[in-house]
Amino acid sequence: MTTRIGVVTFPGSLDDSDARRAVRIAGGEAVALWHRDKDLRKQQVDAIVLPGGFSYGDYLRCGAIARFSPIMESVVEQAKAGMPVLGICNGFQILCETHLLPGALTRNDHLHFVCRDQRLRVENATTAWTSDYADGQEIVVPLKNGEGGYVADERTLDELEGEGRVVFRYLDGNPNGSRRDIAGITNEAGNVVGLMPHPEHAVEALTGPTTDGLGFFTSALKKLVAS
Amino acid sequence: MSPQSHSHTLDTVKHAEQTPEAELPWKELGLKEDEYARVREILGRRPTGAELAMYSVMWSEHCSYKSSKVHLRQFGEKAPTEGPGAEAMLVGIGEQAGVVDVGQGYAVTFKVESHNHPSYVEPYQGAATGIGGIVRDIIAMGARPVAAMDPLRFGAADHPDTKRVLPGVVAGIGGYGNCLGLPNIGGEVVFDPCYQGNPLVNALCVGVMKHEDIHLAKAAGTGNKVILYGARTGGDGIGGASILASETFEDTAGKPAKRPAVQVGDPFQEKLLIECTLEAFHADLVVGIQDLGAAGLSCATSELASNGSGGMQVELDTVPLRDSSLSPEEILMSESQERMCAVVEPEKVDRFLEICEKWEVTATVVGEVTDGDRLEIFWHGEKIVDVDPRTVAHEGPVYERPYARPDWQDALQADDPAKLPRPASGEELRAATLALVSSPNQAAKSWITDQYDRYVLGDTVLAQPEDSGMIRIDAETGLGVAVATDGNGRYAKLDPYEGARLALAESYRNVAATGARPLAVTDCLNFGSPEDPAAMWQFAEACRGLADACKELGTPVTGGNVSLYNQTGEAAIHPTPVVGVLGVIDDVTRRTPMAFRDEGLLIYLLGETKEEFGGSAWSQVAHGHLGGRPPQVDLERERLLAEILISASRDGMADAAHDVSDGGVVQALAESCLKGGKGARIVVPDGLDPFVFLFSESQGRALVAIPRSEEVRFTDMCAARGMPAARIGVVDGEALEIQGRFTLPLDELRREHEATLPGLFG
Repeated sequence: MTTRIGVVTFPGSLDDSDARRAVRIAGGEAVALWHRDKDLRKQQVDAIVLPGGFSYGDYLRCGAIARFSPIMESVVEQAKAGMPVLGICNGFQILCETHLLPGALTRNDHLHFVCRDQRLRVENATTAWTSDYADGQEIVVPLKNGEGGYVADERTLDELEGEGRVVFRYLDGNPNGSRRDIAGITNEAGNVVGLMPHPEHAVEALTGPTTDGLGFFTSALKKLVAS
Repeated sequence: MSPQSHSHTLDTVKHAEQTPEAELPWKELGLKEDEYARVREILGRRPTGAELAMYSVMWSEHCSYKSSKVHLRQFGEKAPTEGPGAEAMLVGIGEQAGVVDVGQGYAVTFKVESHNHPSYVEPYQGAATGIGGIVRDIIAMGARPVAAMDPLRFGAADHPDTKRVLPGVVAGIGGYGNCLGLPNIGGEVVFDPCYQGNPLVNALCVGVMKHEDIHLAKAAGTGNKVILYGARTGGDGIGGASILASETFEDTAGKPAKRPAVQVGDPFQEKLLIECTLEAFHADLVVGIQDLGAAGLSCATSELASNGSGGMQVELDTVPLRDSSLSPEEILMSESQERMCAVVEPEKVDRFLEICEKWEVTATVVGEVTDGDRLEIFWHGEKIVDVDPRTVAHEGPVYERPYARPDWQDALQADDPAKLPRPASGEELRAATLALVSSPNQAAKSWITDQYDRYVLGDTVLAQPEDSGMIRIDAETGLGVAVATDGNGRYAKLDPYEGARLALAESYRNVAATGARPLAVTDCLNFGSPEDPAAMWQFAEACRGLADACKELGTPVTGGNVSLYNQTGEAAIHPTPVVGVLGVIDDVTRRTPMAFRDEGLLIYLLGETKEEFGGSAWSQVAHGHLGGRPPQVDLERERLLAEILISASRDGMADAAHDVSDGGVVQALAESCLKGGKGARIVVPDGLDPFVFLFSESQGRALVAIPRSEEVRFTDMCAARGMPAARIGVVDGEALEIQGRFTLPLDELRREHEATLPGLFG
């Protein structure tokens, strides 16, 4: 049986079809999930992606409304039970709003939206979404956001560092004022990962700067097949 | 004026009949005396306030094209009747956007529009709602929007007001387009003092659909329901209509000022509108559809009814409002954004409303199609509008504005740049190169374009600064489209006829440079006041030039937009026809990018270089000069060049290609080197003056980078077709070296090229 990875569409999700495409290119079966689907178990998905976009316009704090979508209760439940969950950009913001991940994303320090090809260092290659990378590997994937500055209190940041939960760090200049150049983090169990850059836009040489993003999806698929 | 209060007494049709002498503020609403007389004649009575609101806004220059119509007819009359462009036309001028067949069952719709004046008043919202409006035009045709582009023109880069306008416009385009999920893949940014009080903010959108999904704006079928859906109607953009609602027409003092005249955009609502509209289309629930843009409900109801076979009745009091104090006149004129109007068969209304509910979009049945030929609008049961919709939408006034070649034109053309001092030594040429590539118009635009999402939807094959943006349509077959926009106001000022032809030539060349075959054209014609015979002459000449050129190149105009009155006091902007060309490419993996990526590639210059500096970037940067004649344009040569570039792409002969235009060969070389991070060693061809070789803006030229293995095949092809191809150098090293003249390390070149805009606006 092919592994099924669900991609949630909220009103205002934009990179949902891209995430589904990335899942397919990596060899998985992409399942479109609607934010009003209450019970995830019916969908029989093995992993979940919360995609990029501007859920509900993000006129309030980014992700603050989406976290109350009917599907999120089930996502939180499954995540706590160990299901791999990846939050990309707006999805990362939503994961922080649900407290599956600590900290918050704030307005870029230069106050502009930024879209660029971003070099990252993989700091933790043991999570559900990064096992196909090597520790310290450098990858380039697109970054595009207006509110991507990662913040948390010093103790949380120290904890994240100490427990190896900083998964990605920005290289070649911090694009948004994130504390300690943090681009992505994971939860204690390593099944929930959130990051601001967009691996789903780096899965084809034709349309992306690289194919470095594919590893996210192959990592999850391998882990799920093995388990 | 009558002291009568229109906010207290509902001005019904009956009331209008009973009070024939009541005076209405037609002048304040922008109608001319004879236009108002014509309205009275059509109706056989005085109009009601609501009717006056409709006629005044629909007969405005913006909606009626009354000054430009007689010239725009040429685009139809001279449209090519044969060739790929003519054969591909599915829907032409007159619909909300033109539609072109791109093969494999796909159709593409695209259109460019202006939002110039609002963007000066309120840069962020003006630019944002410009994107919103053009996107709704595209979805109204039944297409999914897949890309946006923004041709922009601002005043002097170092003028303090440009620091107000540009960052706001850019943030508005990004804020709206990014939130909508539309990749922004190209456009232009031009600075010139002539745009100081009148920036040009044009927006282009491309949409894709299957042939069977094409929808037109018409209300057919008696009994069919008219559904208004999207945002609630508020007081934004009502402009002059508030006069009708005020206590007296003269005195609005003492009341809170009515809301802002520039509309406010909500991209999230627009995103929902896209999804909801396309879902309704695919479920086959829609007979006709129209977006609400300029003139809001006045436009949508009169155009839908006018294009259909019957009449229409609308219960205006059922329109969902954001502000319950709005008068019927204001509701008719409101330009609240993110609204659409659909005509739906009665038995499909429930399903339509269900889809709207799914997307949390407000939808209301506001009227129905009747078997008569009148548009009747009611307010709580009382008739306030009773008109023949054609007289509102399509039979507005048409003017043959007087035009005359301005008396300064000869002197301008006689002011030949040949007399300007030129750089000669290697050191001077080097300095001139750096001055050029770092000038605001030629400098890197990434400070701007990095604020736009170019990746969303995952089908962007090429984006700025490439010669054209390219989008994959079908992942299986690789079918794609390329779009470029160009326009050079300096050339058009020197000769508006040639300027329009040059705009088409450059856009056409840019599309071909990426390997796509140019098919069709959209245009945004930005000019001064039609009441000024000189500006009107520029407009007439540009229309004639563009229509002639489109016929010669076989690329029909599918639609577009005219923006007049672009001036500050007596000073008009440069005549600025902006031309968008759409091309098709069978396999996007064959695209040709602009970057020199590999050492050892041979650099060829295609086309002939002549001494042409009229309107050139060099004359502007080095001397602040504008005079002489623009470069000559030979469309047969352009067509041949395009054939060569397309063949080179299809047959895998070229690794890179880059159009030579503003700034000449040296600018094109610098851009291709910087994009690929590779240097180039260049030899000035025998018989050419180095300055002319590097800086001339002769048309019909392109740089191509050819692998050695393909050289013979490529040069044979050029020779067989009569295309001059000069081998001018090789991709090599980490500097741009003009042998025997100067060397510019890429680091230095990049620093100069990329620092300008952040320095000005960062």
